[in-house]
Amino acid sequence: MPMKIVMAVIKPFKLEEVRDALTSLGVHGLTVTEVKGYGRQKGHTEIYRGAEYAVSFLPKVKIEVAVPTEIVPKVIEEITLAARTGQIGDGKIFVVPLEKAVRIRTGEADADAL
Amino acid sequence: MKLRSILSATLPGLGLALATLGPAFAQDAAPAPTIDKGDTAWMLVSTLLVILMTIPGLALFYGGLVRTKNMLSVLMQVFSVFSLVAILWVLYGYSLAFTAGSGGLGAFIGGFSKAFLAGVTTDSTADTFTKGVAIPEFTFLAFQLTFAAITPALIVGAFAERITFKAVMLFTTLWLTFVYLPIAHMVWFSEGYLFKLGALDFAGGTVVHINSGVAGLIGALMVGKRIGYGRDLLAPHSLTLTFVGACLLWVGWFGFNAGSNLEATGGAALALLNTILAPAAAGLAWTAAEAFEKGKASLLGIASGAVAGLVAITPAAGLAGPMGSIVLGLVAGVVCYVAVTMVKNALGYDDALDVFGIHGIGGIVGAIGTGIVAAPALGGYGVGDYTIAGQVWTQIVAVVVTLLWTGVGSLVLYKIVDLTVGLRATYEAEREGLDLADHGERAYNY
Repeated sequence: MPMKIVMAVIKPFKLEEVRDALTSLGVHGLTVTEVKGYGRQKGHTEIYRGAEYAVSFLPKVKIEVAVPTEIVPKVIEEITLAARTGQIGDGKIFVVPLEKAVRIRTGEADADAL
Repeated sequence: MKLRSILSATLPGLGLALATLGPAFAQDAAPAPTIDKGDTAWMLVSTLLVILMTIPGLALFYGGLVRTKNMLSVLMQVFSVFSLVAILWVLYGYSLAFTAGSGGLGAFIGGFSKAFLAGVTTDSTADTFTKGVAIPEFTFLAFQLTFAAITPALIVGAFAERITFKAVMLFTTLWLTFVYLPIAHMVWFSEGYLFKLGALDFAGGTVVHINSGVAGLIGALMVGKRIGYGRDLLAPHSLTLTFVGACLLWVGWFGFNAGSNLEATGGAALALLNTILAPAAAGLAWTAAEAFEKGKASLLGIASGAVAGLVAITPAAGLAGPMGSIVLGLVAGVVCYVAVTMVKNALGYDDALDVFGIHGIGGIVGAIGTGIVAAPALGGYGVGDYTIAGQVWTQIVAVVVTLLWTGVGSLVLYKIVDLTVGLRATYEAEREGLDLADHGERAYNY
């Protein structure tokens, strides 16, 4: 059964909302990484004793979920709704093909592993 | 030697200096002066407070301001400088600073009569500002040790993140010997050139702050700017730790200033009070200036302002009235704000942790300002026929002498260090971080 990894880079404070939205969809596993990045937001300025720094790499959170292909559109919709603030810097979602998945404890593969 | 009583009787000007100036010198065969256990206890506590200022106060204040990859190098440099100077002080530093020198040189440096603390025992005494009242000499020299230790430690902030550890250790040894000791002698010893001029420096505005500030500036210029200065993000990695350091500095400074009174009296309490008021005013002044100019008041700003106020009140701590301290603090806060945020950027030198902007400029403001706020007419405690104009002029002379001595001396010493062990880390070492390059360690492992 075809699977995808849905990868989303979002604002850190939106993590809980996105997790709740995915749980309601029946997606029960999530991997979270703390990252830095920028898109068109281009960061902001910080000042330390008069020294201005253009901070272009802003803290973000990257989540990755492995899901069956048929629920990908719903997953994208749920993440978008939960993570959106309407301000620039809300982030992006990427969908990447997934060849194989295995649950380490039991050895189950693919659909049974998700 | 009854220098103190002879000179007090015959030279009013010198008597003025002796009565109001910095820490006293030791007498060998005085008619048994009184040692008060309260004074001694207070001086022991003051010594501890100043040690806390350096380790870990200054270490954390500076450490938090550098990037994670250099945190450990700052902690190591400060701790090592403290330890090194402690040893050198008892070997020869105390003797060269606080004994009589030979002939004409005596105005500029002491002698070796107390090298290895020869002749100093638990019964030896050191004079205070009150005739006939003394403290144990060990107490006095331990207290002065902490001053000698913090001064070179302050300098490392100027060239943080690109100096080598070897350079710091060698420079500290040379600088203590050829720059700090002569200035300490000139300002605080009865035969010292500036002491005899009547210059007022209660706790070390010239000896510690202008001295280290200027040495820092020259070091920053000679070592050069950090890679990526003006382009990369060189922001502080932990203002939380800088905050802890700043608080330790402020609290420790009560030992620095109030301890310089040498007795547990109303004078010490005055110095303590002034050491609360000046930095409070200076921090608020910096905050106001920053909010006015940039729109936001930062924590680094108020902490820096408070330190600037502490620096400025240092030469005036036991001489200014409380109201004068507030004014001095306000002025120092604004002037140092301008120096650090505008002048430094305009001139483009990389004084990484603002040693010159805060200690150098703050020290100059304080040293000259002391001439004004010590005036009895303004609530101060200057003695004799005090004229503001006269005293300010004397203060200016002291500042200029200090600037020249430190300026030229530091320049020469940096050159020597550069030609022997090298000042600056290699490009790769600086990029990787001094923690790994110089010490084989990481400050953080997560």
